[in-house]
Amino acid sequence: MTPITDEPPKRPRAEWLRWLTSSQAFWVLVAIVVACVFLSLATNSFATPNNLFNITRNFTFIAVIALGMTIVIITGGIDLSVGSVLCLCSMILAVVMHAGYGMMAGIAASLACALAIGAFNGVVIAYVGIPPFVVTLAMLSLARSLAMVASNNTVVFQFGPDQDKLLFLGGGALLFGVANPVVYTILLALLTGFVLRWTKFGRYVFAIGGNEHAATLTGVPVRPIKVAVYMVSALSAGIAGIIETGWLGAVTTNLGSGMELQVIAATVIGGANLAGGVGTAFGALVGSALIEIIRNSLGLLGINAFWQGAFIGTFILIAVTFDRIRNWRQAE
Amino acid sequence: MALLELENITKHFGAIHALTDVSLSLDPGEVMGLMGDNGAGKSTLVKIVAGNYPPTSGIMRMDGRELILRRPVDARAHGIEIVYQDLALCDNLTAAANVFLSRELEMRAGLFNVLDYGAMYRRTGQIFGELKSETRPRDLVREMSGGQRQAVAIARTRLAEARIVLMDEPTAAISVRQVAEVLHLIRQLRDQGIAIVLISHRMPDVFAVSDRIVVLRRGRKVADKAIAKSSPEEVTGLITGAIEHVL
Repeated sequence: MTPITDEPPKRPRAEWLRWLTSSQAFWVLVAIVVACVFLSLATNSFATPNNLFNITRNFTFIAVIALGMTIVIITGGIDLSVGSVLCLCSMILAVVMHAGYGMMAGIAASLACALAIGAFNGVVIAYVGIPPFVVTLAMLSLARSLAMVASNNTVVFQFGPDQDKLLFLGGGALLFGVANPVVYTILLALLTGFVLRWTKFGRYVFAIGGNEHAATLTGVPVRPIKVAVYMVSALSAGIAGIIETGWLGAVTTNLGSGMELQVIAATVIGGANLAGGVGTAFGALVGSALIEIIRNSLGLLGINAFWQGAFIGTFILIAVTFDRIRNWRQAE
Repeated sequence: MALLELENITKHFGAIHALTDVSLSLDPGEVMGLMGDNGAGKSTLVKIVAGNYPPTSGIMRMDGRELILRRPVDARAHGIEIVYQDLALCDNLTAAANVFLSRELEMRAGLFNVLDYGAMYRRTGQIFGELKSETRPRDLVREMSGGQRQAVAIARTRLAEARIVLMDEPTAAISVRQVAEVLHLIRQLRDQGIAIVLISHRMPDVFAVSDRIVVLRRGRKVADKAIAKSSPEEVTGLITGAIEHVL
């Protein structure tokens, strides 16, 4: 009999390399770096402080929601309501501040609304058993309608006494010229990554996505976790809404419309699997970054903006194909 | 004293009599083969012992005390563990993560409790060592053979300090070499004083590891005898009804 050691052998270096190259987020990062180098050489408008400031800020709105969406997708769910929730939360913030309340009151009301919507989605999905696709599709319609009701379908651009604070929150740059939203996004990404890797909650999120039936049999509190997951997703949409409002300085009722698809595209490009069980916070960031760089570069290269969708669509297909090829390799 | 006793367990689902007056007793360190055709009541019996639903009538005893199970958690609290036919594993997690699923070890890190990966890997490695399995704690279940997956499912019962392990078709749909591995795992459990109920269609496997055999037919117990005093031919006859009963 061979002796049994407590510690399994450490991974040799080649295996780390294999792990890295089998990570989808890694290849997306490579694509981003290549694109950035190319754009810096091909145009003289890309690598300017102004443009980099814009890119890094613009990608945050999708990235923040993509973090929440990644958690939902890891459980094998989907949240189509995020664009509308973003709009409703922005509108509540705007209406509350417009009515003369402070920024903190507006943010509190806005995030409370996000949590309530998320809890509603989660309870209907987990306890009533209606598929997430249907529940959040209904919420997509419902939340946008509520935003129209709350504002009577007008544009809100006056935010009362705390207007300057709000505009700085979303549009300012506190640290070395880095846009504030970038700082929030990085902090939220670190938090998401930490929760997914180091907490029981994160472990259960992966377990539910891997095999929900097994998770239930083993004693994982599947339903409460699902409710929490949809609350996190709605909360991320609410946070993105607040930041975006601060940047735009105005809220319209079509804010965030169609955004859910961009967010889902970002998470899938970043390596999350719509079948559940796979996804990372880092992937959500790089997926969102790639989408923003595509958008930005088409403008700089003078290519018609209508091509944007074609590029994003192609990248989704590449991402999914990549996943398929990796599975083949593992099966061999 | 018997570890687990069932006395006249009956289960009706409406007009269907799934089990009628089944009595059994199980000793520590005993492997009981439970056989029967589809619909003979094997799964119903397992589900009652696992706490999935209560019997219509009859009494269960553990260590001589009456055992009332309202939910699966109750069964687990009494040291009854089930290895499900589909193994109930999460493919996307490591062996250690599956073994510790919903029983994760945590450590204090500043203000938070975080998962203690090191401790879980070590303990899982230890259990695989005890089971003499070559499964590695850090491997993803997705990349494992059927036999290794069984080892993970069984390691989970070891972690729980189980006293009774119910195994539902553990050798269905895996290769011959892997079957040998699983039978080996069953013997390891038995040697540690755990009572095992092995539900299987595969006659050779049941005869290879069981001490005793129980046959159900149409919800009734038709045989309960030492494996040495029976034969595959007799058991086949009992399952199909060609032999009425031997008790």
